[in-house]
Amino acid sequence: MLEYKVLAAGDTALVVEFGDRIDRELSTAVLSLAQGLEAERIAGIVETVPTFRSLMVHYEPLVLPQECLVARIDEQMKKLTARQVVGHVWHLPVCYDTRFAIDLDDVARRTSLTAQQVVERHSGPTYHVYMLGFLPGQAYMGEVPAELALDRLQTPRTKIPAGSLAIAATMSCVFPLETPCGWHIIGRCPIPLWDHARATALLAPADKVTFVPVSAREYDTLVTRASEGVLRLEPVSEFAGAVA
Amino acid sequence: MNPALRILSPGLSTTVQDLGRPGYQRLGVALGGALDPVALRAANSLAGNPGNTGVLEAAYIGPSFVVDADDARLAFAGADAAIEILDDLNATGGETIEPMRSVRVRRGQVIRVGSLKHGATLYIAVEGGFDIAPVLGSVATDSRGKMGGWQGRALIAGDVLPLSHATAMLRDEYRIDGLDLSARRCFRAVPGPQSDYFAEDEIARFFAAEYTVSAESNRMGMRLEGAPIRHRHSFNIISDAIATGSIQVPGDGQPIVLLADHQTTGGYPKIATVISADLSALGRLPIGAQVSFAPITMEEAAAERRKFAAALDEIGGKLVRISPPSVAVASRLLECNLISGVYDAAA
Repeated sequence: MLEYKVLAAGDTALVVEFGDRIDRELSTAVLSLAQGLEAERIAGIVETVPTFRSLMVHYEPLVLPQECLVARIDEQMKKLTARQVVGHVWHLPVCYDTRFAIDLDDVARRTSLTAQQVVERHSGPTYHVYMLGFLPGQAYMGEVPAELALDRLQTPRTKIPAGSLAIAATMSCVFPLETPCGWHIIGRCPIPLWDHARATALLAPADKVTFVPVSAREYDTLVTRASEGVLRLEPVSEFAGAVA
Repeated sequence: MNPALRILSPGLSTTVQDLGRPGYQRLGVALGGALDPVALRAANSLAGNPGNTGVLEAAYIGPSFVVDADDARLAFAGADAAIEILDDLNATGGETIEPMRSVRVRRGQVIRVGSLKHGATLYIAVEGGFDIAPVLGSVATDSRGKMGGWQGRALIAGDVLPLSHATAMLRDEYRIDGLDLSARRCFRAVPGPQSDYFAEDEIARFFAAEYTVSAESNRMGMRLEGAPIRHRHSFNIISDAIATGSIQVPGDGQPIVLLADHQTTGGYPKIATVISADLSALGRLPIGAQVSFAPITMEEAAAERRKFAAALDEIGGKLVRISPPSVAVASRLLECNLISGVYDAAA
């Protein structure tokens, strides 16, 4: 069985920690536990927050004392490998045009690739959504091919536009809102990852994402349709995988 | 005209807040909500509102606003402040009241809240609440997420905040007695979740240290200045989730206590977490205040949470009617300019 530690984060939250690295095996365990606890609808659990390598469980100790919660977590951990982690598969249009990709040439130079090769490498893999965090709807997607792995900018930008597609180390993100940012910006996504009107996130942890390059003209069309509310991106399929 | 409060000056930073937006942190949505939930509940209790009704949270310097309703009932709770009620925009002086009470105000009156003393936040509730659509179950302002509250931001001059009630209920005014909202210096904390990033004597040093609340603090985090805490090895961790009250230690060793608007995830080791029963008192602590932390066991923390929950339930029992003087006497005294309009329960 996968090893895990249960750590107190104050008196109303616990962290179930599976390790301190970023990989899909740990992530799948985190997400399996999250989905397992959710399915049980345990009274006293307020919410769970999956991250790369741990699950935070917020709880009401006056309803569910810590030792009872730990017992429920241990119980779920025994079923971990028997459970399928479910998510959606998405084809997410992104535009790598230099109009948006302000760091594309710089990334190409740093990686000794052409801009076209950077785009090909970035849009090649199927990304795994590890977690959402930092901003509403902001999905951390990995892994960016090793050739494109770069440290963050020395000096973060004070502002980048909403929808910016960016990379740093092994992660790729679409920033749903205007924000300060130290990542390398290589494009823009016309589909809002956070729907303000409905207050919903497009992507969820455990989803799989492939970036589909679109032209600047297609980008404009998609943005217009999205702003008119007639564009609704649907997942291409469902996905289910077991914990290794 | 729809009943509203019209903002003349927003003060330093005034936002609409309630008890926050739990349940969506997995989507990257901050918990948010009042820095001092006890004071928020007190303000709502005085206004006759359910505890989670949206109110204004003023920081350090209060707002000024005009009443655009036939009449309305306001209630103030939190830090000390002089609250002036002027008859109209042209009035040069008016009646001055203190927080921890309700008051009925009339159309055209101007409410001017001065600088806050002995605390960082003051809550201004209005009977019936604001007519603002909740986002994900809450009207709390999420400035980073640009949602909730009034247009997802702090108030600015000219904002017109619609009220749910057109008039104030016919009832007496109340003050609240025996609710301790004073600043404290020592906060209890449960060690961890990343205590293994710090040597044992370094953790002991943290709990023995005295810190000053830095001017860099905001609703996301309270930055502390004092003796730096050293990490055993590295100060970078793979991002994990954050609980309100988490005390993270970045590379410079100066701790940051994460407050209501904290990000959902973060990448610094957390040496300890302030217990839930102490978060309200922490949230009201102003810049420049001295703080220290005391370790507490989970069992003690659970007992404190139980006591705290019971104390919250008792807020309503601390309301004391402010007896209005008889109308004839009051108007004569006002004519003679002998009373300022501050009625006392003993009067």
